[in-house]
Amino acid sequence: MIGWTADEIMTVTASRTLAGRTSCFVGIGLPSTAANLARRTCSPDLALIYESGAIGAKPSTLPLSIGDGELAETADAVVSVPEIFNYWLQPGRVDVGFLGAAQIDRRGNINTTVIGEYAHPSVRLPGAGGAPEIAASCKETIVVVRHRPRTLVERLEFITSLGFGDGPGHRAALGLRGRGPVRVITDLGVLEPDPETCELTLAHIHPGVAVDQVRAATGWPLAVRAELPVTEPPTAVELAALRSLTTRSSTRGGGNGAA
Amino acid sequence: MAELVSLAEGVAELVHDGDAVALEGFTHLIPVAAGQEIIRQGRRDLTLIRMTPDIVYDQLIGAGCAARLVFSWGGNPGVGSLHRFRDAVEQGWPRPIEIEEHSHAGMANRYVAGASGLPFAVLRGYVGTDIARHTATVATVTCPFTGEVLTAVAALNPDVAVIHAQRADRRGNVQMWGITGVQKEAVLAASRSLVTVEEIVDDLDPRPDAVVLPAWVVTAVAEVPRGAHPSYAQGYYDRDNDYYQSWDPISRDRETFARWLDEVTQ
Repeated sequence: MIGWTADEIMTVTASRTLAGRTSCFVGIGLPSTAANLARRTCSPDLALIYESGAIGAKPSTLPLSIGDGELAETADAVVSVPEIFNYWLQPGRVDVGFLGAAQIDRRGNINTTVIGEYAHPSVRLPGAGGAPEIAASCKETIVVVRHRPRTLVERLEFITSLGFGDGPGHRAALGLRGRGPVRVITDLGVLEPDPETCELTLAHIHPGVAVDQVRAATGWPLAVRAELPVTEPPTAVELAALRSLTTRSSTRGGGNGAA
Repeated sequence: MAELVSLAEGVAELVHDGDAVALEGFTHLIPVAAGQEIIRQGRRDLTLIRMTPDIVYDQLIGAGCAARLVFSWGGNPGVGSLHRFRDAVEQGWPRPIEIEEHSHAGMANRYVAGASGLPFAVLRGYVGTDIARHTATVATVTCPFTGEVLTAVAALNPDVAVIHAQRADRRGNVQMWGITGVQKEAVLAASRSLVTVEEIVDDLDPRPDAVVLPAWVVTAVAEVPRGAHPSYAQGYYDRDNDYYQSWDPISRDRETFARWLDEVTQ
Protein backbone atom coordinates (compact mmCIF):
# COMPACT_ATOMS: atom_id res chain seq x y z
CA MET A 1 0.00 0.00 0.00
CA ILE A 2 1.25 3.46 -0.87
CA GLY A 3 1.58 5.74 2.10
CA TRP A 4 0.50 8.96 0.42
CA THR A 5 -2.26 10.31 -1.80
CA ALA A 6 -1.98 11.52 -5.40
CA ASP A 7 -2.53 15.11 -4.21
CA GLU A 8 0.19 14.73 -1.59
CA ILE A 9 2.88 13.59 -4.02
CA MET A 10 1.87 16.40 -6.39
CA THR A 11 2.20 19.01 -3.65
CA VAL A 12 5.47 17.58 -2.32
CA THR A 13 6.97 17.43 -5.83
CA ALA A 14 5.91 21.02 -6.48
CA SER A 15 7.40 22.17 -3.17
CA ARG A 16 10.79 20.64 -4.05
CA THR A 17 11.06 22.77 -7.18
CA LEU A 18 11.32 25.82 -4.89
CA ALA A 19 14.59 24.66 -3.32
CA GLY A 20 17.24 27.33 -3.77
CA ARG A 21 14.77 29.98 -4.93
CA THR A 22 14.57 33.38 -3.31
CA SER A 23 11.08 34.58 -4.14
CA CYS A 24 7.80 33.07 -5.32
CA PHE A 25 4.64 34.85 -6.50
CA VAL A 26 1.90 32.57 -5.21
CA GLY A 27 -1.52 31.83 -6.67
CA ILE A 28 -4.19 30.47 -4.33
CA GLY A 29 -5.20 26.81 -4.02
CA LEU A 30 -2.78 24.02 -4.96
CA PRO A 31 0.17 26.37 -5.63
CA SER A 32 -0.23 28.06 -2.25
CA THR A 33 -0.16 24.73 -0.44
CA ALA A 34 3.06 23.72 -2.22
CA ALA A 35 4.77 27.08 -1.64
CA ASN A 36 3.90 27.04 2.06
CA LEU A 37 5.20 23.47 2.31
CA ALA A 38 8.48 24.54 0.71
CA ARG A 39 8.97 27.14 3.46
CA ARG A 40 8.67 24.32 6.01
CA THR A 41 10.99 21.90 4.20
CA CYS A 42 13.48 22.65 1.44
CA SER A 43 13.33 26.44 1.26
CA PRO A 44 12.84 28.02 4.71
CA ASP A 45 13.93 31.50 3.59
CA LEU A 46 11.70 31.62 0.51
CA ALA A 47 9.86 34.94 0.24
CA LEU A 48 6.20 34.26 -0.51
CA ILE A 49 4.56 37.11 -2.41
CA TYR A 50 0.78 37.37 -2.66
CA GLU A 51 -1.04 39.67 -5.08
CA SER A 52 -2.94 41.23 -2.16
CA GLY A 53 0.32 43.06 -1.41
CA ALA A 54 1.89 40.75 1.21
CA ILE A 55 5.65 40.36 0.64
CA GLY A 56 7.46 37.71 2.67
CA ALA A 57 4.31 36.26 4.24
CA LYS A 58 4.86 33.47 6.81
CA PRO A 59 1.40 32.09 7.59
CA SER A 60 1.14 29.26 10.12
CA THR A 61 -1.93 27.82 8.40
CA LEU A 62 -2.89 27.69 4.75
CA PRO A 63 -4.62 30.89 3.73
CA LEU A 64 -8.14 30.42 2.31
CA SER A 65 -7.80 33.53 0.17
CA ILE A 66 -4.85 35.51 -1.16
CA GLY A 67 -5.62 38.26 1.34
CA ASP A 68 -6.09 36.49 4.67
CA GLY A 69 -5.23 38.52 7.76
CA GLU A 70 -2.37 36.23 8.70
CA LEU A 71 -0.58 37.00 5.44
CA ALA A 72 -0.52 40.69 6.30
CA GLU A 73 0.33 40.16 9.96
CA THR A 74 3.33 37.90 9.22
CA ALA A 75 4.65 39.69 6.10
CA ASP A 76 7.93 41.61 5.86
CA ALA A 77 5.91 44.36 4.19
CA VAL A 78 2.40 44.99 2.96
CA VAL A 79 2.11 47.22 -0.10
CA SER A 80 -0.81 48.38 -2.22
CA VAL A 81 -2.11 46.31 -5.11
CA PRO A 82 -0.82 48.75 -7.77
CA GLU A 83 2.61 48.58 -6.13
CA ILE A 84 2.75 44.78 -5.95
CA PHE A 85 2.12 44.52 -9.68
CA ASN A 86 4.10 47.55 -10.87
CA TYR A 87 7.19 47.60 -8.65
CA TRP A 88 7.52 43.97 -7.62
CA LEU A 89 6.15 41.76 -10.39
CA GLN A 90 6.50 43.77 -13.60
CA PRO A 91 10.29 44.37 -13.68
CA GLY A 92 10.99 40.62 -13.52
CA ARG A 93 12.57 40.49 -10.07
CA VAL A 94 10.54 37.48 -8.83
CA ASP A 95 12.16 34.06 -9.38
CA VAL A 96 9.11 31.84 -9.73
CA GLY A 97 5.43 32.31 -10.42
CA PHE A 98 3.35 29.44 -9.04
CA LEU A 99 0.02 29.09 -10.85
CA GLY A 100 -3.00 26.84 -11.04
CA ALA A 101 -5.18 26.47 -14.14
CA ALA A 102 -8.68 25.41 -15.18
CA GLN A 103 -7.17 24.30 -18.51
CA ILE A 104 -3.64 24.15 -19.89
CA ASP A 105 -2.72 23.26 -23.47
CA ARG A 106 0.23 21.35 -24.94
CA ARG A 107 2.31 24.52 -25.14
CA GLY A 108 1.64 25.55 -21.58
CA ASN A 109 -0.91 28.27 -22.32
CA ILE A 110 -3.53 28.69 -19.57
CA ASN A 111 -7.27 29.32 -19.66
CA THR A 112 -9.13 30.55 -16.58
CA THR A 113 -11.73 32.64 -18.42
CA VAL A 114 -14.43 30.70 -20.30
CA ILE A 115 -15.28 27.28 -21.68
CA GLY A 116 -17.09 27.72 -24.99
CA GLU A 117 -17.67 30.85 -27.00
CA TYR A 118 -16.69 34.06 -25.18
CA ALA A 119 -20.01 35.84 -25.69
CA HIS A 120 -22.08 32.76 -24.79
CA PRO A 121 -19.90 30.54 -22.63
CA SER A 122 -21.03 27.13 -21.44
CA VAL A 123 -18.95 27.70 -18.30
CA ARG A 124 -17.93 31.11 -17.04
CA LEU A 125 -14.68 30.74 -15.08
CA PRO A 126 -13.34 33.39 -12.62
CA GLY A 127 -11.14 35.21 -15.15
CA ALA A 128 -7.56 36.40 -15.23
CA GLY A 129 -6.74 37.74 -11.78
CA GLY A 130 -3.01 38.26 -11.52
CA ALA A 131 -2.07 35.31 -13.72
CA PRO A 132 -1.39 36.93 -17.14
CA GLU A 133 1.33 39.18 -15.74
CA ILE A 134 2.66 36.51 -13.35
CA ALA A 135 3.05 34.21 -16.36
CA ALA A 136 4.69 36.98 -18.38
CA SER A 137 7.02 38.57 -15.83
CA CYS A 138 8.33 36.00 -13.35
CA LYS A 139 11.70 34.56 -14.36
CA GLU A 140 10.00 31.16 -14.62
CA THR A 141 6.54 29.81 -13.97
CA ILE A 142 5.50 26.48 -12.53
CA VAL A 143 1.95 25.23 -12.93
CA VAL A 144 0.28 22.83 -10.51
CA VAL A 145 -2.84 21.02 -11.79
CA ARG A 146 -4.61 17.71 -11.30
CA HIS A 147 -4.07 15.57 -14.40
CA ARG A 148 -7.43 15.18 -16.20
CA PRO A 149 -8.26 15.06 -19.92
CA ARG A 150 -10.57 18.07 -19.56
CA THR A 151 -7.77 20.05 -17.87
CA LEU A 152 -4.78 19.17 -20.08
CA VAL A 153 -6.24 19.88 -23.50
CA GLU A 154 -4.93 20.00 -27.05
CA ARG A 155 -6.09 23.54 -27.75
CA LEU A 156 -7.64 26.35 -25.74
CA GLU A 157 -10.66 28.38 -26.77
CA PHE A 158 -9.34 31.30 -24.75
CA ILE A 159 -5.77 32.11 -23.70
CA THR A 160 -5.85 33.94 -20.38
CA SER A 161 -2.14 33.58 -19.60
CA LEU A 162 0.55 32.91 -22.16
CA GLY A 163 2.80 29.88 -21.94
CA PHE A 164 4.83 29.26 -25.09
CA GLY A 165 2.08 30.62 -27.37
CA ASP A 166 2.33 28.97 -30.79
CA GLY A 167 5.72 27.48 -30.01
CA PRO A 168 9.44 28.29 -30.15
CA GLY A 169 10.29 31.98 -30.34
CA HIS A 170 6.78 33.25 -29.69
CA ARG A 171 7.49 34.64 -26.22
CA ALA A 172 10.65 36.39 -27.37
CA ALA A 173 8.86 37.86 -30.39
CA LEU A 174 6.28 39.37 -28.05
CA GLY A 175 9.02 40.86 -25.88
CA LEU A 176 8.26 38.75 -22.82
CA ARG A 177 11.19 38.52 -20.46
CA GLY A 178 10.31 35.48 -18.34
CA ARG A 179 11.13 31.98 -19.57
CA GLY A 180 7.55 30.77 -19.24
CA PRO A 181 6.22 27.49 -17.82
CA VAL A 182 9.32 25.39 -17.20
CA ARG A 183 7.40 22.67 -15.38
CA VAL A 184 3.82 21.44 -15.02
CA ILE A 185 3.40 19.31 -11.91
CA THR A 186 0.39 17.01 -11.70
CA ASP A 187 -0.81 14.19 -9.50
CA LEU A 188 0.57 11.68 -12.05
CA GLY A 189 3.96 13.12 -12.96
CA VAL A 190 5.89 16.14 -14.19
CA LEU A 191 5.69 17.63 -17.69
CA GLU A 192 8.45 19.81 -19.11
CA PRO A 193 8.61 21.69 -22.41
CA ASP A 194 10.59 19.98 -25.16
CA PRO A 195 13.64 22.18 -25.85
CA GLU A 196 12.99 22.11 -29.63
CA THR A 197 9.21 22.33 -29.89
CA CYS A 198 8.13 23.75 -26.48
CA GLU A 199 5.55 20.95 -26.32
CA LEU A 200 4.85 19.69 -22.81
CA THR A 201 6.41 16.25 -22.51
CA LEU A 202 6.30 13.70 -19.72
CA ALA A 203 9.64 14.07 -17.92
CA HIS A 204 9.03 12.34 -14.57
CA ILE A 205 6.41 9.87 -13.46
CA HIS A 206 5.18 9.39 -9.91
CA PRO A 207 5.72 5.99 -8.25
CA GLY A 208 3.02 3.43 -9.04
CA VAL A 209 1.71 5.36 -12.07
CA ALA A 210 1.78 3.75 -15.55
CA VAL A 211 2.69 5.76 -18.66
CA ASP A 212 -0.56 4.65 -20.33
CA GLN A 213 -2.50 6.08 -17.41
CA VAL A 214 -0.82 9.47 -17.92
CA ARG A 215 -1.49 9.32 -21.67
CA ALA A 216 -5.16 8.52 -21.05
CA ALA A 217 -5.44 11.54 -18.76
CA THR A 218 -3.88 13.92 -21.30
CA GLY A 219 -5.92 15.62 -24.02
CA TRP A 220 -3.19 15.41 -26.67
CA PRO A 221 -0.91 12.57 -27.85
CA LEU A 222 1.58 12.89 -25.02
CA ALA A 223 5.25 12.54 -25.85
CA VAL A 224 7.34 10.75 -23.25
CA ARG A 225 11.05 11.32 -22.61
CA ALA A 226 13.23 8.34 -23.54
CA GLU A 227 14.63 8.39 -20.04
CA LEU A 228 11.75 8.67 -17.58
CA PRO A 229 12.84 8.91 -13.94
CA VAL A 230 10.39 7.98 -11.22
CA THR A 231 9.72 10.80 -8.74
CA GLU A 232 11.39 10.31 -5.36
CA PRO A 233 8.60 9.31 -2.96
CA PRO A 234 7.65 11.86 -0.32
CA THR A 235 9.77 11.50 2.79
CA ALA A 236 8.28 11.05 6.24
CA VAL A 237 9.42 14.58 7.07
CA GLU A 238 7.74 16.08 3.98
CA LEU A 239 4.50 14.20 4.61
CA ALA A 240 4.42 15.17 8.27
CA ALA A 241 4.96 18.83 7.38
CA LEU A 242 2.26 18.75 4.70
CA ARG A 243 -0.27 16.99 6.89
CA SER A 244 0.35 19.31 9.79
CA LEU A 245 -0.16 22.26 7.44
CA THR A 246 -3.41 20.94 5.97
CA THR A 247 -4.95 19.68 9.21
CA ARG A 248 -4.26 22.96 10.96
CA SER A 249 -6.20 24.67 8.22
CA SER A 250 -9.89 23.95 7.78
CA THR A 251 -11.00 21.76 4.89
CA ARG A 252 -11.05 23.65 1.64
CA GLY A 253 -12.83 23.40 -1.68
CA GLY A 254 -10.97 23.76 -4.94
CA GLY A 255 -10.81 27.48 -5.63
CA ASN A 256 -8.79 27.40 -8.82
CA GLY A 257 -6.21 29.87 -9.92
CA ALA A 258 -5.11 33.13 -8.44
CA ALA A 259 -7.80 35.01 -6.56
CA MET B 1 -15.42 68.05 3.86
CA ALA B 2 -16.82 64.64 4.55
CA GLU B 3 -20.31 64.53 5.96
CA LEU B 4 -21.13 62.02 8.70
CA VAL B 5 -24.24 60.13 7.63
CA SER B 6 -26.14 56.92 8.28
CA LEU B 7 -25.55 54.11 5.82
CA ALA B 8 -29.05 54.47 4.39
CA GLU B 9 -28.58 58.24 3.90
CA GLY B 10 -25.16 57.76 2.35
CA VAL B 11 -26.39 55.26 -0.23
CA ALA B 12 -29.52 57.30 -0.97
CA GLU B 13 -27.51 60.49 -1.55
CA LEU B 14 -24.51 59.09 -3.39
CA VAL B 15 -25.54 55.99 -5.37
CA HIS B 16 -28.02 56.59 -8.18
CA ASP B 17 -29.61 54.33 -10.78
CA GLY B 18 -27.30 53.97 -13.77
CA ASP B 19 -24.14 54.99 -11.88
CA ALA B 20 -20.74 53.40 -12.29
CA VAL B 21 -20.05 52.19 -8.74
CA ALA B 22 -16.83 50.71 -7.41
CA LEU B 23 -17.14 48.85 -4.11
CA GLU B 24 -13.49 48.01 -3.56
CA GLY B 25 -11.74 45.83 -1.02
CA PHE B 26 -9.15 43.16 -1.68
CA THR B 27 -10.28 40.25 0.52
CA HIS B 28 -9.91 42.54 3.55
CA LEU B 29 -12.31 45.42 4.38
CA ILE B 30 -14.93 44.60 1.76
CA PRO B 31 -17.89 47.02 2.02
CA VAL B 32 -20.52 44.29 2.27
CA ALA B 33 -23.06 46.16 4.40
CA ALA B 34 -23.04 49.05 1.92
CA GLY B 35 -23.58 46.62 -0.98
CA GLN B 36 -26.57 45.10 0.78
CA GLU B 37 -27.97 48.58 1.45
CA ILE B 38 -27.75 49.24 -2.32
CA ILE B 39 -29.82 46.06 -2.81
CA ARG B 40 -32.37 47.18 -0.18
CA GLN B 41 -32.75 50.57 -1.85
CA GLY B 42 -33.44 48.80 -5.15
CA ARG B 43 -30.80 50.49 -7.35
CA ARG B 44 -30.91 49.45 -10.99
CA ASP B 45 -28.75 49.57 -14.14
CA LEU B 46 -25.52 50.00 -12.21
CA THR B 47 -22.13 49.47 -13.77
CA LEU B 48 -20.42 47.54 -10.99
CA ILE B 49 -16.64 47.89 -10.93
CA ARG B 50 -14.30 45.80 -8.84
CA MET B 51 -11.04 43.90 -9.24
CA THR B 52 -12.30 40.90 -7.28
CA PRO B 53 -16.09 40.65 -7.35
CA ASP B 54 -16.98 38.12 -4.66
CA ILE B 55 -20.02 37.37 -2.52
CA VAL B 56 -21.42 40.90 -2.26
CA TYR B 57 -21.25 41.34 -6.06
CA ASP B 58 -22.91 37.93 -6.48
CA GLN B 59 -25.70 39.29 -4.27
CA LEU B 60 -26.00 42.58 -6.20
CA ILE B 61 -26.02 40.75 -9.55
CA GLY B 62 -28.56 38.16 -8.37
CA ALA B 63 -30.77 40.98 -7.05
CA GLY B 64 -30.82 42.53 -10.52
CA CYS B 65 -28.97 45.75 -9.62
CA ALA B 66 -26.28 45.49 -12.31
CA ALA B 67 -26.32 46.07 -16.06
CA ARG B 68 -22.53 45.83 -16.47
CA LEU B 69 -19.61 44.37 -14.59
CA VAL B 70 -16.04 45.64 -14.96
CA PHE B 71 -13.66 43.24 -13.21
CA SER B 72 -10.55 41.07 -13.23
CA TRP B 73 -11.38 37.99 -11.11
CA GLY B 74 -14.85 36.84 -10.10
CA GLY B 75 -15.07 33.99 -7.63
CA ASN B 76 -15.77 32.89 -4.08
CA PRO B 77 -12.16 32.81 -2.83
CA GLY B 78 -11.12 29.36 -1.68
CA VAL B 79 -14.62 27.96 -2.28
CA GLY B 80 -15.41 28.10 -6.01
CA SER B 81 -17.74 29.84 -8.43
CA LEU B 82 -20.00 32.83 -8.00
CA HIS B 83 -23.25 31.15 -9.04
CA ARG B 84 -25.39 34.28 -9.43
CA PHE B 85 -22.66 35.88 -11.59
CA ARG B 86 -22.42 32.72 -13.69
CA ASP B 87 -26.20 32.50 -14.03
CA ALA B 88 -26.30 36.10 -15.27
CA VAL B 89 -23.49 35.57 -17.81
CA GLU B 90 -24.48 32.07 -18.93
CA GLN B 91 -28.31 32.33 -18.80
CA GLY B 92 -29.08 36.06 -18.57
CA TRP B 93 -30.83 35.64 -15.20
CA PRO B 94 -32.30 37.73 -13.61
CA ARG B 95 -31.18 39.99 -16.47
CA PRO B 96 -28.37 39.85 -19.01
CA ILE B 97 -25.15 41.41 -17.83
CA GLU B 98 -22.52 43.00 -20.02
CA ILE B 99 -18.95 42.32 -18.96
CA GLU B 100 -15.67 44.13 -19.42
CA GLU B 101 -12.76 42.15 -18.10
CA HIS B 102 -9.13 42.84 -17.38
CA SER B 103 -6.19 41.41 -15.50
CA HIS B 104 -5.49 42.58 -11.94
CA ALA B 105 -2.45 44.54 -13.12
CA GLY B 106 -4.60 46.26 -15.73
CA MET B 107 -7.40 47.15 -13.33
CA ALA B 108 -4.95 48.42 -10.69
CA ASN B 109 -3.30 50.65 -13.29
CA ARG B 110 -6.66 51.90 -14.56
CA TYR B 111 -7.45 53.15 -11.05
CA VAL B 112 -3.97 54.69 -10.77
CA ALA B 113 -4.57 56.62 -14.02
CA GLY B 114 -8.00 57.69 -12.80
CA ALA B 115 -6.60 58.87 -9.46
CA SER B 116 -3.74 60.67 -11.23
CA GLY B 117 -5.93 62.64 -13.61
CA LEU B 118 -4.48 60.86 -16.64
CA PRO B 119 -6.47 59.35 -19.52
CA PHE B 120 -4.60 56.04 -19.51
CA ALA B 121 -1.87 54.03 -17.83
CA VAL B 122 1.05 52.12 -19.31
CA LEU B 123 2.11 48.63 -18.32
CA ARG B 124 3.64 45.42 -19.57
CA GLY B 125 0.54 43.30 -19.64
CA TYR B 126 -2.03 41.25 -21.56
CA VAL B 127 0.61 40.37 -24.18
CA GLY B 128 -0.23 37.22 -26.12
CA THR B 129 -3.53 36.72 -24.32
CA ASP B 130 -7.08 36.80 -25.72
CA ILE B 131 -8.27 39.34 -23.15
CA ALA B 132 -7.49 42.43 -25.23
CA ARG B 133 -9.48 41.05 -28.20
CA HIS B 134 -12.65 41.27 -26.10
CA THR B 135 -11.91 44.42 -24.11
CA ALA B 136 -12.04 47.83 -25.77
CA THR B 137 -10.22 49.57 -22.90
CA VAL B 138 -6.93 47.75 -23.66
CA ALA B 139 -4.71 49.04 -26.48
CA THR B 140 -1.05 49.61 -27.28
CA VAL B 141 1.07 52.75 -27.06
CA THR B 142 4.55 53.44 -28.40
CA CYS B 143 7.13 54.81 -25.97
CA PRO B 144 8.23 58.23 -27.31
CA PHE B 145 11.75 57.72 -25.91
CA THR B 146 12.61 54.14 -26.88
CA GLY B 147 10.03 53.22 -29.52
CA GLU B 148 9.01 50.19 -27.49
CA VAL B 149 5.37 49.14 -27.90
CA LEU B 150 3.66 48.81 -24.55
CA THR B 151 0.15 48.12 -23.28
CA ALA B 152 -2.20 50.99 -22.48
CA VAL B 153 -5.34 50.73 -20.38
CA ALA B 154 -8.00 53.42 -20.15
CA ALA B 155 -8.40 55.30 -16.86
CA LEU B 156 -11.21 54.26 -14.54
CA ASN B 157 -13.19 57.13 -13.04
CA PRO B 158 -16.23 55.72 -11.24
CA ASP B 159 -19.16 57.97 -10.39
CA VAL B 160 -18.89 56.74 -6.83
CA ALA B 161 -16.41 54.64 -4.85
CA VAL B 162 -17.57 52.76 -1.76
CA ILE B 163 -15.01 51.37 0.68
CA HIS B 164 -14.84 50.17 4.27
CA ALA B 165 -12.12 51.28 6.72
CA GLN B 166 -11.28 50.66 10.36
CA ARG B 167 -11.77 54.19 11.66
CA ALA B 168 -12.65 57.79 10.99
CA ASP B 169 -12.64 60.84 13.22
CA ARG B 170 -15.54 63.24 13.64
CA ARG B 171 -14.27 65.49 10.88
CA GLY B 172 -14.35 62.54 8.46
CA ASN B 173 -10.64 61.76 8.16
CA VAL B 174 -10.39 58.05 7.35
CA GLN B 175 -7.71 55.60 8.53
CA MET B 176 -7.21 52.00 7.42
CA TRP B 177 -4.42 49.47 7.70
CA GLY B 178 -3.45 45.91 6.83
CA ILE B 179 -4.13 44.91 3.25
CA THR B 180 -5.46 48.13 1.73
CA GLY B 181 -5.65 46.92 -1.87
CA VAL B 182 -6.63 49.59 -4.35
CA GLN B 183 -9.05 51.54 -2.15
CA LYS B 184 -7.07 54.78 -2.00
CA GLU B 185 -6.85 54.87 -5.78
CA ALA B 186 -10.56 54.03 -6.15
CA VAL B 187 -11.61 56.90 -3.86
CA LEU B 188 -9.27 59.39 -5.55
CA ALA B 189 -10.42 58.28 -9.03
CA ALA B 190 -14.14 58.59 -8.25
CA SER B 191 -16.35 61.69 -8.44
CA ARG B 192 -17.94 60.85 -5.07
CA SER B 193 -17.09 58.49 -2.24
CA LEU B 194 -18.81 56.77 0.64
CA VAL B 195 -16.66 55.26 3.37
CA THR B 196 -18.15 52.96 5.98
CA VAL B 197 -16.05 52.49 9.12
CA GLU B 198 -15.94 50.18 12.11
CA GLU B 199 -15.97 53.14 14.48
CA ILE B 200 -15.91 56.91 14.58
CA VAL B 201 -13.47 58.19 17.19
CA ASP B 202 -12.65 61.63 18.59
CA ASP B 203 -9.06 61.55 17.38
CA LEU B 204 -7.13 59.17 15.14
CA ASP B 205 -3.91 57.90 16.73
CA PRO B 206 -1.27 58.01 14.03
CA ARG B 207 -0.23 54.52 12.85
CA PRO B 208 2.95 54.14 10.80
CA ASP B 209 1.42 51.54 8.48
CA ALA B 210 -1.90 53.31 7.92
CA VAL B 211 -3.39 54.68 4.74
CA VAL B 212 -5.12 57.98 5.51
CA LEU B 213 -7.77 59.59 3.35
CA PRO B 214 -8.17 63.20 4.49
CA ALA B 215 -11.74 64.38 5.04
CA TRP B 216 -11.48 66.78 2.10
CA VAL B 217 -11.25 63.93 -0.45
CA VAL B 218 -14.12 61.92 1.06
CA THR B 219 -17.79 62.76 0.42
CA ALA B 220 -19.47 60.88 3.26
CA VAL B 221 -18.59 58.61 6.18
CA ALA B 222 -21.00 56.21 7.87
CA GLU B 223 -20.32 54.25 11.05
CA VAL B 224 -21.20 50.61 10.32
CA PRO B 225 -19.71 48.19 12.86
CA ARG B 226 -19.00 44.79 11.23
CA GLY B 227 -19.74 46.44 7.91
CA ALA B 228 -17.14 44.26 6.19
CA HIS B 229 -18.53 40.93 7.44
CA PRO B 230 -18.06 38.16 6.19
CA SER B 231 -14.69 39.59 5.15
CA TYR B 232 -12.55 40.90 7.96
CA ALA B 233 -11.37 44.12 9.53
CA GLN B 234 -7.87 43.73 10.91
CA GLY B 235 -7.83 44.62 14.58
CA TYR B 236 -11.62 44.17 14.86
CA TYR B 237 -12.74 40.73 13.64
CA ASP B 238 -11.58 37.76 11.56
CA ARG B 239 -12.75 36.51 8.21
CA ASP B 240 -15.90 34.37 8.58
CA ASN B 241 -14.80 31.47 6.40
CA ASP B 242 -17.96 29.49 7.23
CA TYR B 243 -20.11 32.22 5.65
CA TYR B 244 -18.13 32.00 2.40
CA GLN B 245 -18.68 28.23 2.38
CA SER B 246 -22.38 28.56 3.26
CA TRP B 247 -22.91 31.06 0.41
CA ASP B 248 -22.19 28.32 -2.12
CA PRO B 249 -25.42 26.30 -1.60
CA ILE B 250 -27.52 29.46 -1.09
CA SER B 251 -26.34 31.01 -4.35
CA ARG B 252 -26.33 27.80 -6.39
CA ASP B 253 -30.11 27.76 -6.73
CA ARG B 254 -32.41 30.63 -7.82
CA GLU B 255 -35.07 29.75 -5.21
CA THR B 256 -32.76 29.54 -2.22
CA PHE B 257 -31.18 32.80 -3.38
CA ALA B 258 -34.64 34.41 -3.65
CA ARG B 259 -35.39 33.40 -0.06
CA TRP B 260 -32.09 34.92 1.06
CA LEU B 261 -32.94 38.09 -0.85
CA ASP B 262 -36.38 38.32 0.81
CA GLU B 263 -34.76 38.16 4.23
CA VAL B 264 -32.27 40.90 3.39
CA THR B 265 -34.78 43.27 1.82
CA GLN B 266 -37.54 42.91 4.42
